[in-house]
Amino acid sequence: MPAPRCASCHKARAALRRPRSGQALCTTCFCASFEAEVLHTVVAGRLLPPGAVVAVGASGGKDSTVLAHVLRELAPRLGISLHLVAVDEGIGGYRDAALAAVRRQAARWELPLTVVAYAELFGGWTMDAVARSTAGSGRSRSCCTFCGVLRRRALEEGARRVGATHVVTGHNADDMAETVLMNFLRGDAGRLARGGGLGSPGEGGALPRCRPLQLASQKEVVLYAHFRRLDYFSEECVYAPEAFRGHARDLLKLLEAARPSAVLDLVHSAERLALAPAARPPPPGACSRCGALASRALCQACALLEGLNRGRPRLAIGKGRRGLDEEGSPREPQPSGPPTSEPIPGF
Amino acid sequence: MCEVGEDYREPAPAGPPPPRPCREQKCVKCKEGLPVVVIRAGDAFCRDCFKVFYVHKFRAVLGKNRLVFPGEKVLLAWSGGPSSSSMLWQVLEGLSQDSAKRLRFVPGVVFADEGAACGQSPEDRAKTLAEAKLVLQTVGFPWHIVALEEVFSLPPSVLRCSAREPVGTEGAYKAAVDSFLQQHHVLGEEKQSRPCPQHPQGRAGPPTAGQTEALSRLFNSVKTLTAKEELLQTLRTHLILHVARTHGYSKVMTGDSCTRLAVKLMTSLALGRGAFLAWDTGFSDERHGDVVVVRPMREHTLKEVAFYNRLFAVPSVFTPAVDTKAPEKASIHRLMEAFILRLQAQFPSTVSTVYRTSEKLVKAPRDGCAAGTPGPRCLLCMCVLDVDTADSATAFGAQTSSQLPQTQPPVAEAEAPTVSCCHSGMGRAQHCCRMEADPRACDPRACVTAQLCYGCRVNMKDLVSGGPSPAREQAGAGLGLRLRSPGTSGSSLLQPSLDPLPPYILAEAQLRSQRAEAEQEIQERLLEAEDGARPGATSAEQAHEDGARPGATSAEQEGADGL
Repeated sequence: MPAPRCASCHKARAALRRPRSGQALCTTCFCASFEAEVLHTVVAGRLLPPGAVVAVGASGGKDSTVLAHVLRELAPRLGISLHLVAVDEGIGGYRDAALAAVRRQAARWELPLTVVAYAELFGGWTMDAVARSTAGSGRSRSCCTFCGVLRRRALEEGARRVGATHVVTGHNADDMAETVLMNFLRGDAGRLARGGGLGSPGEGGALPRCRPLQLASQKEVVLYAHFRRLDYFSEECVYAPEAFRGHARDLLKLLEAARPSAVLDLVHSAERLALAPAARPPPPGACSRCGALASRALCQACALLEGLNRGRPRLAIGKGRRGLDEEGSPREPQPSGPPTSEPIPGF
Repeated sequence: MCEVGEDYREPAPAGPPPPRPCREQKCVKCKEGLPVVVIRAGDAFCRDCFKVFYVHKFRAVLGKNRLVFPGEKVLLAWSGGPSSSSMLWQVLEGLSQDSAKRLRFVPGVVFADEGAACGQSPEDRAKTLAEAKLVLQTVGFPWHIVALEEVFSLPPSVLRCSAREPVGTEGAYKAAVDSFLQQHHVLGEEKQSRPCPQHPQGRAGPPTAGQTEALSRLFNSVKTLTAKEELLQTLRTHLILHVARTHGYSKVMTGDSCTRLAVKLMTSLALGRGAFLAWDTGFSDERHGDVVVVRPMREHTLKEVAFYNRLFAVPSVFTPAVDTKAPEKASIHRLMEAFILRLQAQFPSTVSTVYRTSEKLVKAPRDGCAAGTPGPRCLLCMCVLDVDTADSATAFGAQTSSQLPQTQPPVAEAEAPTVSCCHSGMGRAQHCCRMEADPRACDPRACVTAQLCYGCRVNMKDLVSGGPSPAREQAGAGLGLRLRSPGTSGSSLLQPSLDPLPPYILAEAQLRSQRAEAEQEIQERLLEAEDGARPGATSAEQAHEDGARPGATSAEQEGADGL
């Protein structure tokens, strides 16, 4: 039986059914509505004011590619200017290929690209070196913990270098759903209290961050990239199988099969969580070493690097971070840093 | 497990792992008895120490929270399963101990017969009931057996939150205990013995075949197992609430164990009930107002419950549930349970971690928007509504936004936030529920849906009548049913119907929508203040204007006047 007509323009044949609503749409109408929804998220959430210089975290993966493409389309209407910032974690066989994709995109879209490398920022520590350093302890390597924290710092640094006023990343609804599941399973009340909104407004000198694709499901992102024939890098990081997020991701896949709206239901739940004031992280100050946003004397990135440099990589992962010689700070010890410490699937 | 804050020992332990409990090991508590059970991660207890540990936990949970006042009538919700049977047994033993440590409330037991919802035959149901009665007679508390079919004769007042007596402060609790003890001394021991033991307040005869038929029809009209389980839970709650109110019980105790609560928490997350986690899984749940639901078993793991029941011969009755023998992927509840138990086998701290996180949840709206009166409550679960305006930059807004560049009226659940049944202001003015204006468009389903919280709305989407229509192979089965909206893909429309729902729900929905309409009319006739705010507008309406454009109220006015 031939495909039904598009529910929106009633002219072309429908090319897909939207996973969210089951509506049959043709290619053009789907792309148009996807872009309209992202625009609506940005406008209704007041994420990117006109005149903003926006640093787009580009990894070469589908999410950041779609994000960059859509923002580029919407840039005239929003009155913003874009810069691509790519982070080179130094993962051999993976990141170099992804960076090549980013360079191609930057060339095609004529957007300025800045590449920030871990090796340069963090005293020679690439992710491969971190993985080797943390490999010996018998438990899982938790190199994803390092990568997440350090990548945020690198992105922030890259954004500052290009003079950006806002940082955007390509997290989609599936990422947010996995995050909330993961944080409950790990018992991370601090992150639960902090997450769930549309981004962070940029407290204490850090740049405001937001996630315009937050309400778009992963399937739609993939479909959009397919229909617009975007060129992106689609392999998984070599360290990804070890991350705890994998459990949450498997669970989310199963939940989605049982109930298709599960992803957005989880995002809704995350938005509405109410945690006790004691569980919320304290108002942040500045790291004593690098000046970045920190809840304790040292920001998490500096703490992790300290551990690596001393040959005790797990120093900063664990209760209380003993042995870091932090001068007593009046703030309650809570891990600071980004919303998640697990790998973001190719943003 | 990558648990936050988990200590990693530096360097990796060089020696062998700690020895497993072997036969020569003694109980870790008394160091004398032979251990019979291993709790937590390697603590071996002997039989007596285990019993002391178990009972102490039960008492500690009750005592720590100081919610159950002495002399209070408490209804024990008994499902026949191990946790609630264990709870029953604890209460029994607690009441019969010496006076210093005795539990001080007046218990009753309720057993809900859900066989019709689970598809049991009448003979099986009779057998289960007979077994249940045996146990209840052994226990000796006043008992009530209710069949789920009785929901069809519930009054709509069940869905109303009654005014609450103020929760006693610490001082009030202490004072109550002291005065109770004084009375106790005065009246003497005998009066305080087992209260009204043998009054079998059974039910008024078995349910009629018509009611059973209606119940089966209701459950058959629900498409997914997830929605069935949620519906069953809702109806059961209402039924038990009704029993409690009728017989004057002010507390209900349910036997949810730690494991079950951890699973329930994750399930509620996945169902969109993140706003209500503290009520769903906390120790006390006072959303109904006069009757408070209490969960004294919440610190006992299922393993401890099972071992206790076996070692001390606690009787229980097996009752099949809606999801018995269902495949693992059949419902969100099953999935979550399987996932958590599997993860628990791999990382033994999973359940306790989730439980500890649940203790940090508070019963408050996230942004503190309910500074004054709280907003309206959900029709089914009676929690304060947690939906935003349609078109806001949230998950709810994303699902109900009408961003398509056409004039398609969006799905029926899109419009109304809270008080007014169909808020015609936001975005496009759609069919409004004014009876006098347009009887055709007055959609009872939309009226009911508008009064539900997010989670209940998603469940309600699965409620259809009749069989599936041929063109229903949608990619997303959770879509909202399109009611009378032209221009769909030409498929025959399903006729969703609320008929199978018990009448008390429909009656209450009708009442609320009529009340809302009346209020709306009154509001329109009041003069508007300068800044567009309505004098006397409820704080819920005010709170929902933070995301709305300032012109929304005038648009609403226009929309209303335009009828």
